[in-house]
Amino acid sequence: MSRIDTPAASRMQTIARNPVMLALVMTLAVAGCASKKNLPNDAAGLGLGAGAATPGSQQDFTVNVGDRIFFDTDSSSIRADAQATLDRQAQWLAKYPNYAITVEGHADERGTREYNLALGARRAAATRDYLVSRGVPANRMRTISYGKEKPVAVCDDISCWSQNRRAVTVLGGAGS
Amino acid sequence: MWRKNRAHFPHPAQKDERLKGFMEMLRRNFFRLFTLMFAGVLFAAPANAVVEIDINKGNVEPLPIAVTDFLQGELAQKISDVVAADLKRSGLFAPIDKGAFIEKIANPDAAPRFEDWKVINAQALVIGRVTQEGDGRLKAEFRLWDTFAGQQMLGQQFYTQPENWRRVAHIIADAIYERITGEKGYFDTRIVYVAESGPKNARKRQLAIMDQDGFNARALTNSNDIVLTPRFSPNRQEITYMSFENQQPRVYLLQLETGQREVVGNFPGMTFAPRFSPDGQRVIMSLQQEGNANIYTMDLRSRTTTRLTNTAAIDTSPSYSPDGSRVVFESDRGGKQQLYVMGADGSGQTRISFGDGSYSTPVWSPRGDLIAFTKQSGGKFSIGVMKPDGSSERILTTGFHNEGPTWAPNGRVLMFFRQNAGAGGPQLYSIDLTGYNEQLIQTQGFASDPAWSPLME
Repeated sequence: MSRIDTPAASRMQTIARNPVMLALVMTLAVAGCASKKNLPNDAAGLGLGAGAATPGSQQDFTVNVGDRIFFDTDSSSIRADAQATLDRQAQWLAKYPNYAITVEGHADERGTREYNLALGARRAAATRDYLVSRGVPANRMRTISYGKEKPVAVCDDISCWSQNRRAVTVLGGAGS
Repeated sequence: MWRKNRAHFPHPAQKDERLKGFMEMLRRNFFRLFTLMFAGVLFAAPANAVVEIDINKGNVEPLPIAVTDFLQGELAQKISDVVAADLKRSGLFAPIDKGAFIEKIANPDAAPRFEDWKVINAQALVIGRVTQEGDGRLKAEFRLWDTFAGQQMLGQQFYTQPENWRRVAHIIADAIYERITGEKGYFDTRIVYVAESGPKNARKRQLAIMDQDGFNARALTNSNDIVLTPRFSPNRQEITYMSFENQQPRVYLLQLETGQREVVGNFPGMTFAPRFSPDGQRVIMSLQQEGNANIYTMDLRSRTTTRLTNTAAIDTSPSYSPDGSRVVFESDRGGKQQLYVMGADGSGQTRISFGDGSYSTPVWSPRGDLIAFTKQSGGKFSIGVMKPDGSSERILTTGFHNEGPTWAPNGRVLMFFRQNAGAGGPQLYSIDLTGYNEQLIQTQGFASDPAWSPLME
């Protein structure tokens, strides 16, 4: 039997009542690009020779101390090689006590987005805790996770993923 | 007037038999789909064992349908083209090439010459007319005919502003889909997603919204702050999402109508992975504190927050059951990420996923019968579904990286994002619940984190 359908006038009234769902919705121009110092500092003088870095400068920290440590897959344990880097960071930060610090936690792309945000936070917290254990005052540091959203190495094999599983100590960190 | 014409076409009783046969044939087609869907159930091992059914991607025969150019003019034809495209992309219909049509429809109020359509095996026929009213509104009328029974199956008319022409087409396609399949359609829906541009190590992300077929895309944000995981409110008026604005990663609400935004709650840490409750009154999300993430809700009226989980682990990606009584989420409390179900008050947290690998991003089907997820196993990322008790797991697609399923409001189709190995970025795909009919959703640039809107009632 054919069904007799009533005109779907009520449905179209719904559309008419909600013109906005159909109308262009914009936007929210949000001020504030990330300032340069807040960007992941992969470009922050890595290409400079050690001799070019002024002691106590960002370059000095990045080039001579090492601003980042790496993690094993799905882990936030501080590896032995990472401990050495963080020990140097702690010494340097003790010498230059005026820097506020942001510890950024990152994950590689081989995970899901939401979990990786939490994993990056876990790595940042573990890194921060290690620095605290080496005498860096907790109130100099904040942490932030970027999950898998800010890779520095962009190939898709393990050589890149291992570089992206990282915590980066950023001087003059965001918000400070 | 449209309706009155029905009286001109009496339906002799003997034709009922043929219609019955036709409907049976249709039902058989769709029953075959369901048979495949339920194959996972029939052959499942006891609960919590994993059965990966490799669905043979052979043919579920789509129904041959003739969608004629609506009369009269360019816009009318564009509307019928969108109707045909919707039906085709569903995988359940096969619109017949217009070049094969014999009868040229001149009067959409008259009965078609059924013989002309039967001979090209058009089992259903869509005829329509679009006219402009005196006040400028469009009037769109269509009829759906059963050619073998010689019966009208559906006749409807709609009024709208001309700029909404695509929407009218989607509504017509939904009506046809529902009439023939017996299930609600999903064409008059939208997708919010993250539009991505630029190189991988300097990617710009904006929230964007588009129709489910990829048209009418536009940006909802424009800043250099990372924005992620947009999700619709049940009334489609709001989006909840996560933004790194001011270097403070937090959950926000965005009113689509006004563009107004606000932070959800005042939490002492990163909030992320937000979704609305089915009644729209709460946002459920994760709060990160130190190395742990736990699940909270915030009531949007009273602003009160409630903690649902309390573990030294990562509990995230919460998603309500459609009746709001339960929540599925992922947790690595047992080591790897696995799926858990709890009461909406946090009670009775029970692990449901026990397969190889890890499970994440669970999303409860709008029908309530299934939970979709991302699965990582053997270096591959898959999209799959399981029942809420963890049984009857089925993988729909597997590859280098598939992530983040979202359900069409009828619970039959899923969308997700895929990143292939190599250069490039993520793109959106849809796939039928059976594992058939995978389709790329065309977007201007890269796209991720799709979230399907509810159907407007």
